Amino acid sequence: MTTVSDTVPGTDDLVLDVRDLVVEFKTGRQRVQAVSGVTFQVRRGETLGLVGESGCGKSTTGRTLVQVQPATAGTIVYRGEDLTALTGRRLRQLRTKIQMIFQDPISSLNPRRRVRDIVAEPLVIWGRGTKAERDQKVREMLEAVGIDPDSSGDRRPQEFSGGQCQRISIARALMADPELLICDEPVSALDVSVQAQILNLLADLKERFSLTMVFIAHDLAVVKTVSDRVAVMYLGKLVEVAGSDELYRQAAHPYTEALLASIPEPDPDAQELQPALSGELPSPLDPPSGCRFRTRCPYAQERCAAEEPPLREIAPGHQVACHFPLHGTPAPADQAPAPT
Amino acid sequence: MPDDRELASTHAADQLLGDRFPGMAATDELVVSRQSEALDSDDILLRRPLGILFWLALAWVAVVALAAIFANVLPLHNPNFQNYNAINQGPSFHYLLGTDDLGRDLLSRLVFGARVSLIVGFVSVAIGMAVGGTGGLVSGYLGGAVDGSLNALSFVILAYPAIVAVIAIVAFWGQSLWKITIIIGVGTIPLLFRVVRASSLSFANRDFVIAAKTMGATTPRILFREILPNVVPVALTFGLITVAGVIVIEGSLAFLGLSVKLPTPSWGNLISEGTSNGNISINPLILLWPSLCMFLLLLSINLIGDRLRQRFDIREGLL
Amino acid sequence: MSAVRRTRGRTLEFKDVHDGGGPLLAVEDLHTAFRTTRGTVRAVDGVSFELQAGTTLGIVGESGSGKTVLSRSIMGLLPPHDVLRSGTVHFAGHELTAMKPSELRQVWGAELSMIFQDPMTALNPVKRIGKQITESLLLHLDMDKKEAASTAVELLRSVGIPSPEERVRWYPFQLSGGMRQRVMIAIALACAPRLVLADEPTTGLDVTVQAQILDLLGDLQRERHMAVILVTHDLGVVASRADEIIVMYAGRIVERAPADTLFHDTHMPYTKALMESIPRLADPAGTRLTAIPGRPPDLIHPPKGCRFAPRCPYAQTKCLEAEPPLRTAGSPDHLFACWFPLVNGVSTAPAPVAGNGAAATTLPDGPGDTATATAQAASGGTDAAAPGSGDGPTAGGETEAEA
Repeated sequence: MTTVSDTVPGTDDLVLDVRDLVVEFKTGRQRVQAVSGVTFQVRRGETLGLVGESGCGKSTTGRTLVQVQPATAGTIVYRGEDLTALTGRRLRQLRTKIQMIFQDPISSLNPRRRVRDIVAEPLVIWGRGTKAERDQKVREMLEAVGIDPDSSGDRRPQEFSGGQCQRISIARALMADPELLICDEPVSALDVSVQAQILNLLADLKERFSLTMVFIAHDLAVVKTVSDRVAVMYLGKLVEVAGSDELYRQAAHPYTEALLASIPEPDPDAQELQPALSGELPSPLDPPSGCRFRTRCPYAQERCAAEEPPLREIAPGHQVACHFPLHGTPAPADQAPAPT
Repeated sequence: MPDDRELASTHAADQLLGDRFPGMAATDELVVSRQSEALDSDDILLRRPLGILFWLALAWVAVVALAAIFANVLPLHNPNFQNYNAINQGPSFHYLLGTDDLGRDLLSRLVFGARVSLIVGFVSVAIGMAVGGTGGLVSGYLGGAVDGSLNALSFVILAYPAIVAVIAIVAFWGQSLWKITIIIGVGTIPLLFRVVRASSLSFANRDFVIAAKTMGATTPRILFREILPNVVPVALTFGLITVAGVIVIEGSLAFLGLSVKLPTPSWGNLISEGTSNGNISINPLILLWPSLCMFLLLLSINLIGDRLRQRFDIREGLL
Repeated sequence: MSAVRRTRGRTLEFKDVHDGGGPLLAVEDLHTAFRTTRGTVRAVDGVSFELQAGTTLGIVGESGSGKTVLSRSIMGLLPPHDVLRSGTVHFAGHELTAMKPSELRQVWGAELSMIFQDPMTALNPVKRIGKQITESLLLHLDMDKKEAASTAVELLRSVGIPSPEERVRWYPFQLSGGMRQRVMIAIALACAPRLVLADEPTTGLDVTVQAQILDLLGDLQRERHMAVILVTHDLGVVASRADEIIVMYAGRIVERAPADTLFHDTHMPYTKALMESIPRLADPAGTRLTAIPGRPPDLIHPPKGCRFAPRCPYAQTKCLEAEPPLRTAGSPDHLFACWFPLVNGVSTAPAPVAGNGAAATTLPDGPGDTATATAQAASGGTDAAAPGSGDGPTAGGETEAEA
């Protein structure tokens, strides 16, 4: 697996620059913030993991990156162009550069169309190549994802298992020659054995097609395996961003620590680190004051309810939003915004 | 060699137990239901055969349709010719199904009557589908204000008793075949709109539609390539059932004397004739033939619709 | 809850297994097959095991291994038509397979209950959750309504649902996935059953919630001295929670051992491969996972010989010809079905068979945590790593990468 984290990134390396992203949904008369001010960058060739529980806004963030969900505020700059400001043909063109893999492999393929046509669709939409050239490219891509084009091309998605559908879905996404692949829980609907096949496949294809990836999942063990950097999300906000190994060795946010503790280790002797996270995600309709995690945090103090901790760097490349991080220094009181 | 085991689909397996367990759930307090991995031996990709009944039904619809289409060239008596020497005759070689109280050939009246019933049934639904179906497809996918207003409009129209409206319009506008077809056709628009819209809506936010968007597909392309193929089975099935319903409506209009003008036969007119002037007791055949034909036709259409739905339904089709 | 009265409509007497009358559950040579137009699917093909009261058994396998059908066969929850079942299921002194539906209904929910994977579909969406709990209390325990209602509140409290007095009036859609699964557990435990079958109870849930649910199940089990069968595709889930683990493959048990033994002295290559396919936190980022190539076999025409042989890295000619019996070596409680079992992680097979293409170079011998180097080496053959490798012939006809 290639990493670019050890090379100094120049501005050319910046593929995606997301700033202060806010996404709101209307439910009846109320407005719910699914994403409340998220900022992160993705550099060329890296895989950024986005991890958190259901309802934390990670999938919404993913959908906003491909602009199937409009952003309420903030910018998503892909290679110098702000996607949130684009419409029409330019948006459609640029979208092909950012492709998405979905959680439910079966629902992400049109059940009424043949595999061959599904995979060829991106080329047909843009009228690329002749029929023969398209067929050839479909063959190559299906082979690249481990699907036999001869026996499978004329079948329909329901004739395939979940793992195979996910492979077809990946082949389709790569047909458009994307630079950035957003994987939204691509393996959480699959068996562990198939999960390993798909994760390995993604790693191979990433290298072969020089892809940059955003990998969204709830399982930190999976995210950590494929990602160079991991961003942990909680209730619409990023709480910690760090290199994968750094995050595992030196989790600074109590939430990250809890996430790590909840992964079942395939070893009967594994010590339970501590009681797994208790309680559930608070309602985003009425998020807690101050630090949003404080209601479930074993270390919460008065200050956590009063002030919202900003995302700050505690080590090079390691950011955390916590007043009392488990590693590094506590946030100086005067730097924190005044309580509102 | 295409590997057969690759046909195996967990979905097929889900289906097997998913379909069968709910029945058991009713027998005990444990709630058993469709599981995403209910049966994990996943090798049941098989299509249920359509069955002999389906083919019989299709054959009957075909016979009726062909007879109606070729009524002019078939060796039939003039349906309106009154042979006073042969009143209320039973079936004979000359009059295969007998004659009515005016000495008209029942078979030929039946065949020409089928013409009216089928035209009213299929053409009016075609009109309804062209307008309501297309509207529903677009409205369901696009959503928003357009969808909101169209939806509200369809509710308003549906709230008005359709049969009363049709009767009023027919009485006012006239009783020709085409007028009746158009009136009933317009009447089916809101119904078909709602059905197609619901189906379109259910596919509008599927992942495969979102995937098509991210590939840069335009809205018309998504509508016709991604959504339409999924909506067609529902539309087709419901359309067939509507055809059956419309044939009944034509019959009701005829009963009220508001269908095509007599003596032009339609099945509704024939049934109406069969019940008037004491014909039921004098010559029940006048009533029997059109009623039987209509009954079998409606049964056939509904059966075909139901079997097609099963076949098209991806989950059910797998069994 | 322990002092339950079982009176109304009850014609069966259940032996109290605390008296030490053998195992709580004994499954013997259970076969379940489904007749389909393509042939007979042998989903469970000769499974035997015993379960002692109060213990936890993990049943692990991929989709298609027959684990779910096994759990349903034990319950007697099978479709009424086109099913062939043979073998016996002894439960607390009764033969479940011989019971009439009316007798089974007295067992279900009361003595033997089930927790399903998807609580949203397993709960009735139009009934308040309180009512769904009290139903079985009223049916099996002869409680009056008031008593049942207060028991329902207690049950919800015991499964960790906050403010249960209020929640009994809620509908399932008002709860989150984790909360719904807690309600399912409350329903399953309402009548203090002796055995709970949990079929992938945490598969649709977040890892954090998964940990909570499994911990809850473990606590309740200890409190109530229930036996639990935990069916899952993830060995990680059962590792620290099961006393004994059964690994299933293609409708059969391929390895069965106490959890410790299974993890520390794995004999079956399939078990090892399952363990290695789980991503571990301790592995450095970018570690290549060791995937099992291919898919489980067709259960209509299972391969000759060992059913795992076509995917096994150590398969020999013998494995492709003769089916290995479930046998023991050393400790009597460790059963496995392999001609060339692993010993200390190393195969006893002489040499990989030529032609078993995908498998020949796979699965390094080293333990999983040194996987980086070895797994990289293995990647040429495992999984889908080699594009188009599905074209090559393989021994069992099961081509690689599901092609």
